[in-house]
Amino acid sequence: MAYLYYPGCSLKSTGRAYEESMRAVFAKVGIPLEELEDWNCCGATSYMSVSELKAFALSARNFALAEKQGGRDKTTDLIVPCAACYLGLSKAHKYLDEFPDIRSKVDEALAAAGLKYSNNLKIRHPLDVLVNDVKKDRLAGLVTQPLKGLKVACYYGCQIVRPYAEFDDQDSPQSMEKIFRILGAEIIDWPIKTRCCGGSLSGTVPEVGLRLSYLLLLEATRRGADCIATACPLCQFNLECYQPKMSSLYNEKIDIPVLYFTQLAGIAMGLGEKELGLQRLFVPMRYTPAPAASSGGQHVTK
Amino acid sequence: MSPSNGQTNGTPKVGVYVCHCGINIAGKVHVDAVVEFASKLPYVTVAKEYKFMCSDPGQDIIAQDIRDGKVNRVVVASCSPLMHEATFRKATAAGGGNAFMFQMANIREHVSWVTHDKGLATDKAKALVAAAVERVTLHKPLEKTKVPVHADVLIVGGGIAGIHAALTLADSGKKVYLVEKEPTIGGHMAQFDKTFPTLDCSACILTPKMSSVRAHPNITLWTYSEVSEVSGFVGNFKVKVKRKPRYIIEDLCVGCYECIEGCIYKEAKVKDEFNVGLSKRRPIYIPFPQATPLVAVIDPETCIEFRTHRCKKSCATACERNAVDFNQTEEIKEIEVGAIILATGFKVFDAARIPRYGYGKYPDVYSALEIERLVNAAGPTGGEVKMANGEKPKAVGIIHCVGSRDAKTNKYCSRVCCMYSLKLAHLIHERTDAEVYNFYIDMRTPGKGYEEFYDRLLEENVHFIRGRVAEVNDWAITPEEKGKLIIRCEDTLIGMVRRIPVDMVVLSTGLEAQADADDVRRMFNISCSHEGWFLERHPKLAPVSTFTDGVFLAGACQGPKDIPDSVAQAGAAAAEAMALIDKGFVELEPNTAYVQEEFCSGCRTCIALCPYSAIGYNEESKKASVNGALCKGCGTCVAACPSAALQQNLFTDEQIFREIKGVVSYV
Amino acid sequence: MDKWREWPKIRYESELDPDFADQIASIPGGEKLFTCIQCGTCSGMCPLSPDMDYTPRQIIAMIRAGFRQEVLSSHTTWLCASCYACTVECPKEIKITEIMYAAKRLAIREKVHPKRFPPSVLARAFFSSVEKNGRSTESRVLIDLFLKTNPLGMIRQAGLGMKLWLKGRLGPGKESIKRTDELHRMLAVLEKEHMIKPKVKTAQHGEAK
Repeated sequence: MAYLYYPGCSLKSTGRAYEESMRAVFAKVGIPLEELEDWNCCGATSYMSVSELKAFALSARNFALAEKQGGRDKTTDLIVPCAACYLGLSKAHKYLDEFPDIRSKVDEALAAAGLKYSNNLKIRHPLDVLVNDVKKDRLAGLVTQPLKGLKVACYYGCQIVRPYAEFDDQDSPQSMEKIFRILGAEIIDWPIKTRCCGGSLSGTVPEVGLRLSYLLLLEATRRGADCIATACPLCQFNLECYQPKMSSLYNEKIDIPVLYFTQLAGIAMGLGEKELGLQRLFVPMRYTPAPAASSGGQHVTK
Repeated sequence: MSPSNGQTNGTPKVGVYVCHCGINIAGKVHVDAVVEFASKLPYVTVAKEYKFMCSDPGQDIIAQDIRDGKVNRVVVASCSPLMHEATFRKATAAGGGNAFMFQMANIREHVSWVTHDKGLATDKAKALVAAAVERVTLHKPLEKTKVPVHADVLIVGGGIAGIHAALTLADSGKKVYLVEKEPTIGGHMAQFDKTFPTLDCSACILTPKMSSVRAHPNITLWTYSEVSEVSGFVGNFKVKVKRKPRYIIEDLCVGCYECIEGCIYKEAKVKDEFNVGLSKRRPIYIPFPQATPLVAVIDPETCIEFRTHRCKKSCATACERNAVDFNQTEEIKEIEVGAIILATGFKVFDAARIPRYGYGKYPDVYSALEIERLVNAAGPTGGEVKMANGEKPKAVGIIHCVGSRDAKTNKYCSRVCCMYSLKLAHLIHERTDAEVYNFYIDMRTPGKGYEEFYDRLLEENVHFIRGRVAEVNDWAITPEEKGKLIIRCEDTLIGMVRRIPVDMVVLSTGLEAQADADDVRRMFNISCSHEGWFLERHPKLAPVSTFTDGVFLAGACQGPKDIPDSVAQAGAAAAEAMALIDKGFVELEPNTAYVQEEFCSGCRTCIALCPYSAIGYNEESKKASVNGALCKGCGTCVAACPSAALQQNLFTDEQIFREIKGVVSYV
Repeated sequence: MDKWREWPKIRYESELDPDFADQIASIPGGEKLFTCIQCGTCSGMCPLSPDMDYTPRQIIAMIRAGFRQEVLSSHTTWLCASCYACTVECPKEIKITEIMYAAKRLAIREKVHPKRFPPSVLARAFFSSVEKNGRSTESRVLIDLFLKTNPLGMIRQAGLGMKLWLKGRLGPGKESIKRTDELHRMLAVLEKEHMIKPKVKTAQHGEAK
């Protein structure tokens, strides 16, 4: 089965490492990713605050392009890694299906551009694909350097589990845990894994937004996590890049690596630093995995 | 019923009476236009309207027109037949006509209540009236048959409702079969410590009633038993009861506990159902010391003998009366009863369905029923409220509406949780001196002495925070929160979010219909509301009756109910059953099937299909014949008969076609 | 100004807008708004309610009661990070997040949103960037935002920007789709369309001091 890949704006800039590591890991598990040609912004969050109908039209253009590229005669799976894009596209997908008034207006807009959308599309998150489309054994078979002894705090954030996603539980999602258990890591219990990181507020109203990220990082550290795994470019950015600022703001040293789940998976599969975009991290990953044969990896002391 | 005085012979003279039903119908239907229309229909001699046809003066209009010879067939356009068919049949008979020379047109439920447009509503009313007029011209005089009623009563469910109904009936001299699924009667009430608002000890008021049931000469008590089949009809039900093997001979066992002491398991290892898993029992056990009957039971799922057949059966050896019998088998009892009371109770909402509250994840998050056992002096801790680590809690949060008033679980209010939460708050506060916080959406205390109990709690300095709890977890932000469970909630009266650290959380779980409610519903041929509660015949005027005559409801199987209401309803159900039995007979509707012998080919298709075994085969004439006393008028045979030899009174092919013609011709 | 003078805590019915709730409820699936029982689950779930001028529950109550001006000019809606925690846990299935969006859009349409509050500035900067190019260029949207709200803040953020650039996570180039004409034709069709129904009659509003 071929999958189309929708990067969204962030994966081309601040979230580049997400794109790099996802492509590398998906290639390894045998899922080639073909990028959607001339994709446009999904119309999420900020855009939707101004015009919802236009936001749906933006999504619909992507749908129409995806169907064309994926082949009209079959259902196309569109992989959307960014949480905001995933939510925006999923919402549009649902609304175009459920509300005929919206659908007819959007269809009209599509027609003006010579485009057509015929409901032959599924919106998928890469986490969903990795857990549900790749066999457990296959994933396990690719592990060359198990993440033995690595304590991971799985962070889902908000928009990939709420409210439109159906691949995991809204209250207590388990997809990442499943993957990391296969990869040999240890999972810490962290009851706030679906609590919001602050989103764009970290940039716009830092005194409000940063506090949310800070509380998440503080709790993960208290619970003994070695690193945090994320599935969203904005979460990764907020949790990682503002750490020095948080440390000074709240007078508490915050220093914990925040990686994309695909980067961690790639480490376990023995992929290289550059392939996974690890060099782009602000807080370097201080973990050297041991080869599969030996008992476990080592922590490099800080 | 007196036969018609010749009025039904000759030309039909149809009287049409259109009811306003106050403004229920007249508000949406132009009644005068319907009357005008009806007066021009063939055979119609009288067309009138009246504000309330069901009232005495309304009924008199019909009777008088019949007496005056103006009318020999009656159509009333009003509400549903369920509501008033019987009323108007009676009015028809009162005028000297045959009660079945009557047809109803439902222009309320089928028209005015479901149509916004007055013009369209009037059109539909006219079409229905035309159909009824067409049909009634073909009606024939019919007679009801009387069948005697069996005097015994079956009660299903031995909780407080079933117990109370059983004792009421038995005391009046009726023979009662009380069937209970569990090894003992007592139900949920037996698990409670105190009852609100008076704080009577639950066991003190319940167990005497349980012993009375056991001792009553008019009550046959079958515990560990389930109804497996019901047939027949009002006054004459045939019921099969499956008595599950308890592997103890009930008549020999005296409840001395020797067998339990003798069990090969020296340590109890099985989750104790009565203590909702807070303690352990052995595979052979007595649920609790006041169990009724006080007879042991062996659970074959966990008993070594049943699992391996290699136990040395030390329980049997321990029993001096040789009451242990590993070869006991299921037994089917067949009984005949005139009335049935269902008192099958409720199920507690499973708190694990709301993961945000941490039930099952954090050991100090409890369901309310678990706390009932913890505060109970006869419970697993002897009445001490202790946390999982054995310490007394210093702060306890009680979360209301868990699994109630929530579109994702149950939309309805479970009705008892506010009050039992107050009760538990009082008991916990009394036993532990802890700070107790109640988190509620709305306090609902409408009962005698209930609001006063709320006042008492307010004075006891229990905290009340108006807000539905968002989440419970162990995420500590401040040093004081460390090691505690944090309840996060908006205090809606203040408009601020609060985080309350507590040691113990009590989830006030709602009430749900029993898991097997749908099977039970089918077996007794009654209806359920969409939440699974058994449906009463009328929410106000027939609250303990069902749509199946002779089957009554008592207690929480009909909807969430506290103890006083369950007992009151049980008394009402018993009285209804008594009224039925003491009347001595029931009248059967004459809507039975009959065979037109000249068309019957003797194929016997109908015989196999009849669910009531009402059709026989005459070997001589080689024709089918219907036993009118057994026929329930379901129409299955009529539809199935390949040669249309079977017809049904009140539903002949001709009558139905004419009714359709009436509608279609209007359109 | 003294805080206690800020909000006179009385509203006359003539100051309220009886159509406001209907208008907000006209969004798809919005009619559930009227079933709110004010339980506060939304505010309890919301990670941002401690920072809001009104909690989400209060916003719903105010919409129902017709507090048009207070709601549309509130900071609450712009502090909503749209994490949907309220929406998924609401026992009455009210689409609270979508109601926040609806209030934001209405506020922008009527130009009563808090003008220099960065989230609303960001929304419009982001919107026009996408409207024009089909994609947003993170660096440019951010520069735009800082220029409009806090030019000094930009200097403080320069370090972070530099670091991102060095790590290859922020480029100076402008992002755009190829066939912008195609997109512009589409959006032109929807220029005059609004999902929230227009206000029927204009009620008088009281002045908030």
